[in-house]
Amino acid sequence: MLALLGLRAPRGRAGLLFILPCLAVTTLFFIVPLLMTAWMSLNNWPLLGHPSFTGLKNYLDLFHDASFWGSVLFTVKYTLVVTPAIFLFAFALALLVHRGVRFVGIFRTAYFLPVVIGMTTASLLWTWLFNDQVGIFSAVLMDLGWIDEPVQWLGDTYSALASIVVMVLWKAAGFTMVILLVGMQAIPVDLYEAASLDGARWWAQVRHITIPLMRRTFALALTMSFIGSFLAFEQFFVMTRGGPFNSTITVVHWIYRASFTYFKLGYGAAMSVVLLLMLLVLSAVQLYLLRDER
Amino acid sequence: MIELAPLSMRPHDVIDTPGHHHWRRLGLQAAYYGLCSVLMLMFLFPILWSLLTSFETAAEASASPPLYWPSRFSLENYRNLANYGQGIGRYLGNSAGVASMTVLFTLVLATLGGYGFSRFTFPGRHALFMLILATLMIPFQSILNPLFVLLRLLHLQDTQLGLALVYTTFQLPFAVFMMRNAFDAVPRDIEEAAVLDGCSPLGLLLRVMLPLVGPGLATVALFAFFGSWNELLAALILISDSRAFTLPVMLINAQSGQLGSVNWGLMQAGIVLSIVPCAALFLLLQRYYIQGLIAGAVKA
Repeated sequence: MLALLGLRAPRGRAGLLFILPCLAVTTLFFIVPLLMTAWMSLNNWPLLGHPSFTGLKNYLDLFHDASFWGSVLFTVKYTLVVTPAIFLFAFALALLVHRGVRFVGIFRTAYFLPVVIGMTTASLLWTWLFNDQVGIFSAVLMDLGWIDEPVQWLGDTYSALASIVVMVLWKAAGFTMVILLVGMQAIPVDLYEAASLDGARWWAQVRHITIPLMRRTFALALTMSFIGSFLAFEQFFVMTRGGPFNSTITVVHWIYRASFTYFKLGYGAAMSVVLLLMLLVLSAVQLYLLRDER
Repeated sequence: MIELAPLSMRPHDVIDTPGHHHWRRLGLQAAYYGLCSVLMLMFLFPILWSLLTSFETAAEASASPPLYWPSRFSLENYRNLANYGQGIGRYLGNSAGVASMTVLFTLVLATLGGYGFSRFTFPGRHALFMLILATLMIPFQSILNPLFVLLRLLHLQDTQLGLALVYTTFQLPFAVFMMRNAFDAVPRDIEEAAVLDGCSPLGLLLRVMLPLVGPGLATVALFAFFGSWNELLAALILISDSRAFTLPVMLINAQSGQLGSVNWGLMQAGIVLSIVPCAALFLLLQRYYIQGLIAGAVKA
């Protein structure tokens, strides 16, 4: 290592040249827009025509905007429902497929496959499955005689929320499952062997070895899906279009609507700043939970 | 198949003790495989059901209540899709164009950047690397309004190039991180020999290093492909010309229906076309995909 410093030092300039392209792109399409978001939020910025500086007016309006805070509340509600649901389902899946038995790779692959399908495609697919006229769910339940007429799964707020949670479980549990599997397999096998010799049954091993030793992985999986869920958009945009009566609009959906349906880009930017601050807090919590204790 | 590093074998998996435990063990095993298989069917069912329906006639695909089995095989839905709007070929082409540009740009930028961060010391190296990683903490959803304004300013609105540059930017933090790790893992004496032979830094990267970081490149390319092929929100905002729509945007419009009625068979054909490249790439290259996922998770 030290011997190499001599070799590397004179090539310092070249290093800057190598990172320059990605730095330039990041600056132009990320840092600049980030600063522009802050600036736009202080302006009345129509889709076409000239923006005009309005100071903090957007933020004051936002403060009194019940529909924005309604969307924040709904997003929080959705996140608090879907995160533990994904986590518990994924943990069960991980326990099921973490041993190296025959065919286990096939099961893992199947459970993970929906992760690589786009959220938009998945939402379109499940809108069809949930449809009352042509959807399979209502049809099967009717043929089984469990219901008398087709169900409007996406028709009211709570049933829509539940339906979307089911879709997201299908779509995203595989992701969390893999994260959990990695943590699970980092646990030394001899711990289980010792416990087994002491007569500990399967569940006792899970409770007293697996769960305590996976705290950090749990924190990672939970914060990742919490942050992901907080930014939910496609599933609601496609499956409920925010309805009924705007009761299932998420924050990102509301920003999109304010900006590109009502053409208030400045107001949308102010909401974006609020969203960004909320996400920074979540990221800080994540970093705190995942800090290296040693 | 998803293979993870050394799988733990618990003692009770290894030995099959004969005697009265034998039948109990067989029963447990049957229950285990039964449960796993039922779950597998549940995960695969939506995809298979859509696939089956896409090959029904248009009338049967929109039948209410739905048929459990089609009366005959038909490509009618795919023919309808081929003629939908500007023709499915255009939207597939748009998506493929944006995705391949995104993959290409991401590979080039992340290779150069990752190499620079891994092998050179220069002032501000650590800070700049942190800056690029820090953008991961900021959701791209919160900078779309300015990107809309910016692309209009640069005359990149409604272009594949503009959308691909935006997607590339979203991919860069992960990709640079991934490539820096890949280069870090290459032993340094390999380069020392090449440098002594008078190889330039760029020649060194292209001829000596690149072949050694293949897995990293595969991971980065896969994530860039999935990210751009499946993305909706940015495409919705940055593309307003219907001729430039990507596949997800086109599918959303088709689902909104013309005159209120949705052509369900056409939708399933479109959904299948959107799933096939992702599923195929994942099944072929899943090792690299899972490696990327694990690397991203460990970093956090």
